[in-house]
Amino acid sequence: MDPTDHLFRHEAGRMVAALTRIFGVHNLALAEDVVQDAFCRALETWKYRGIPENPAGWLMKTAKNRAMDVIRRERNVRTFSPDLGDLLSSEWTLAPAVAEAFEAHSIQDDELRMMFSCCHPRLPDTAQVALILNVCCGFSVKEIASAFLVSNSAMEKRIERAKGVFVKSERLFQLDGAEDFSERLSSVQQAIYLLFNEGYHGASAISSIRTDFCFEALRLGELLLRHRLASTPSSYALNALMCLNAARLPGRVDQCGHLTALGEQDRSLWDRRLITLGLSYLEESAAGTQLSPFHLEAGIASVHARAKRIEDTNWGEIVSLYELLLSVQDSPIVELNRAIAISQLEGSERGLQEIRAIADRERLMSYPFYFAALGELEVKSGRPEQAAAQFESAVGLARNAAEREFLSRRLVECRKSISCRNTV
Amino acid sequence: MSDYLYIYRGGANREGRSPEVMQQVMQQWMAWLGELKAQGHLKSSGEPLEDTGKVVRNKTMITDGPYAESKDLVGGFSIVTADSLEKAAELSAGCPIFEAGGLVEVRPIMGM
Repeated sequence: MDPTDHLFRHEAGRMVAALTRIFGVHNLALAEDVVQDAFCRALETWKYRGIPENPAGWLMKTAKNRAMDVIRRERNVRTFSPDLGDLLSSEWTLAPAVAEAFEAHSIQDDELRMMFSCCHPRLPDTAQVALILNVCCGFSVKEIASAFLVSNSAMEKRIERAKGVFVKSERLFQLDGAEDFSERLSSVQQAIYLLFNEGYHGASAISSIRTDFCFEALRLGELLLRHRLASTPSSYALNALMCLNAARLPGRVDQCGHLTALGEQDRSLWDRRLITLGLSYLEESAAGTQLSPFHLEAGIASVHARAKRIEDTNWGEIVSLYELLLSVQDSPIVELNRAIAISQLEGSERGLQEIRAIADRERLMSYPFYFAALGELEVKSGRPEQAAAQFESAVGLARNAAEREFLSRRLVECRKSISCRNTV
Repeated sequence: MSDYLYIYRGGANREGRSPEVMQQVMQQWMAWLGELKAQGHLKSSGEPLEDTGKVVRNKTMITDGPYAESKDLVGGFSIVTADSLEKAAELSAGCPIFEAGGLVEVRPIMGM
């Protein structure tokens, strides 16, 4: 990959973080303006003169200079960061204070502080994720709206409201281990997890945006691991589960861009580097006594990652991990996955039984892969008519073209086998 | 062969463009100018201009400017080499500025 791929977007979050630290949370919009301005200058000059040797450094320097201009011009009419206030008011300390905020190690902490601040307890999960995508990851409202399949104006309202809460929080969340640290850390982990899942299973049809979401989640997750207090066993487990699942992304679509089921994937396409990294994070996550849902999901992903062929999968281990997961996190989707794993171990009829026994089954009625799972098991049980009916329901619920294509393909296969049998 | 000045006007609409889109616009420009260069048509990539400035009408009338509306504002220039004015105009057809609603003014640079 070209190192300048997505450079602007990747630097946006870092620059906004450093500038918000300098300007203060109440000046978030000003920080965003300065970043936008730096990108405009880069666009206008690089298009004639080419990309400079150190493009990220160029952007940072431009933002830094603009920040100093703004402070000199407005320090009598505006208040800036409560943390740096005095340093910014004197010409002697202004330049070193701003320079310090742009040092690599401070930016890393600034990014973490931003992320923790975005996960404000007054914001619902979905707003936290949208805010992180916008402020920490450089996605525009329009890009986020299209990924979540909501209208531009709805997403704009959601992000504006979230920014309102952010701006009123007085200062960035401190990472010094105050009493609300671990609670906030778990909100941050949850937001990263949701971001990853939006990319992995999300409704958006645009697969490039979805892969980007997965890799942004990985990047933010790694920031946690580089911080003394945030690198808890559950942070390692979260990163393990993301690496091990992301490793399978290259196998999830075939050359024609069609979704492929786990059993049909070309496992040689799986990313070995991410698998190795994921397994080492999983090992690190075992320190301590805490067993989070992330640990269990990472464990499940590691069983898949270690199987060279689908036949080599240790389904028994997967079933018991799903059972453990159910004991800490009751969810019909987890139950569905457990039932599918049981069918691999004990046959399709047992799987169907388990699915029908899911207590909260009504909640799966809008989930296309619930009907797809029933369809697959009916196929294996030799009842193509029933299978076709299930796939028909699944197709009706598909959330995008790729899912529709995948499910319709299964439906067509079922109908073919019915007509074959009838002609024999 | 003669030289022609490309004057880029407008198309610098900055509202609501995401970092990703801005980077794409930059890369489109680089690709377009790169292609002109590869074909031997680019004499100078040229330079961008700040959108601030002064307008001087005479010794005592110096005002902030330029006064053109932003859609007419000159954002930069390049110099190309071509057989004819028609050819020079044709070469500008791939300029990314059109997608942003801007235009390219093609002016022959006077020869000997």
